[in-house]
Amino acid sequence: MREDLLELLRSPLSLLLLTLAGYRLGLWLKHVTGAHPLAQPVIPAVALTGAGITLLDVDYAAYADAATLVSFWLGPATVALALPLYRQWSRVRAVLAPMLVALPIGAVVSIATAYGLVHLLGGSEELAATMAPKAATTPVSIALSETIGGVPALTAVVTVTAGILGAVLAPTLMTWARITDRRARGLAMGASSHGVGTSRSLSDDETEGAFSGLAMGLTALLTSVLIPVVLLVR
Amino acid sequence: MIRGLTVLLLCQFLGGVVVALTRLPVPGPVVGMVLLLGWLAWRRPADDSGTVRVSEALLKHLQLLFVPAGVGVVAYLTVLREHALPLGVSLVVSWLAGLLVVGWIVQGALAWRGRADQEAPRA
Repeated sequence: MREDLLELLRSPLSLLLLTLAGYRLGLWLKHVTGAHPLAQPVIPAVALTGAGITLLDVDYAAYADAATLVSFWLGPATVALALPLYRQWSRVRAVLAPMLVALPIGAVVSIATAYGLVHLLGGSEELAATMAPKAATTPVSIALSETIGGVPALTAVVTVTAGILGAVLAPTLMTWARITDRRARGLAMGASSHGVGTSRSLSDDETEGAFSGLAMGLTALLTSVLIPVVLLVR
Repeated sequence: MIRGLTVLLLCQFLGGVVVALTRLPVPGPVVGMVLLLGWLAWRRPADDSGTVRVSEALLKHLQLLFVPAGVGVVAYLTVLREHALPLGVSLVVSWLAGLLVVGWIVQGALAWRGRADQEAPRA
């Protein structure tokens, strides 16, 4: 009887339920705090689900397998970023030139500082390769980490953490840094904080969200192209 | 809704086909995004069309889709603790550098162009 119950608790059904419940809790916290920057729904969701699978003694691989039903939608959601982009297209054209200069520089800076600092502070080559692609959105950063000899699942964790940093801190920091133009703010968010940051931008302002989504797509592309180049000069 | 979902998945699929055929170092969904942008520009769907509603629903809950990857943190707690300094410093500094570099370049370029536009009529 107790065995049956434990088996049910470790089933994909209950693991998905846990994930959704954690996310619901996050949405509720966002609501009751009046969308406080710290209240990003992904944070309680990760904390609750992480604690849950630890208590249930479910290993991460088994959880990730069950959660494919959720993570699968990351692909279609990336495609869907075309919608805010389409709505803002007239404003995108005006920023095309600065964007095409800023995003490649941003990608090189992200890759080189992430990779270089790990080495400088005594981390291994494997850790440095794990960190290098973290500005690209998870599906891309995982694939790149694998190619250059990092630990893909750990890359996914640091990528999501970079996104959380963006969602929580970036708007305030950008205001301090006098980055006030909605287009510049969105591009900076998407280039450094991919999807999690983009979700914050989308809820702050549609223009900002559209540019963040655009920068996220282009940064994924640029990181893929530039990682071999940057790591060649190591 | 089903029609909209079909459009999204089809764009992602075709994005994957393009990547496989051209061996572009680009993820399929990113190419899919470009394809959907073309489709939207061509069809100009109304705000209540399936494609628009499905896209809005997915984007509204973008953070949920990152939860499974984030939960991976439990699998790497030991590694993260042991290498907290290089991982933490590298993550924060690199993230901040990427954010500010892109933000400042774009903001600077827009401000510069704004001034140039204002001065142009006088010349």
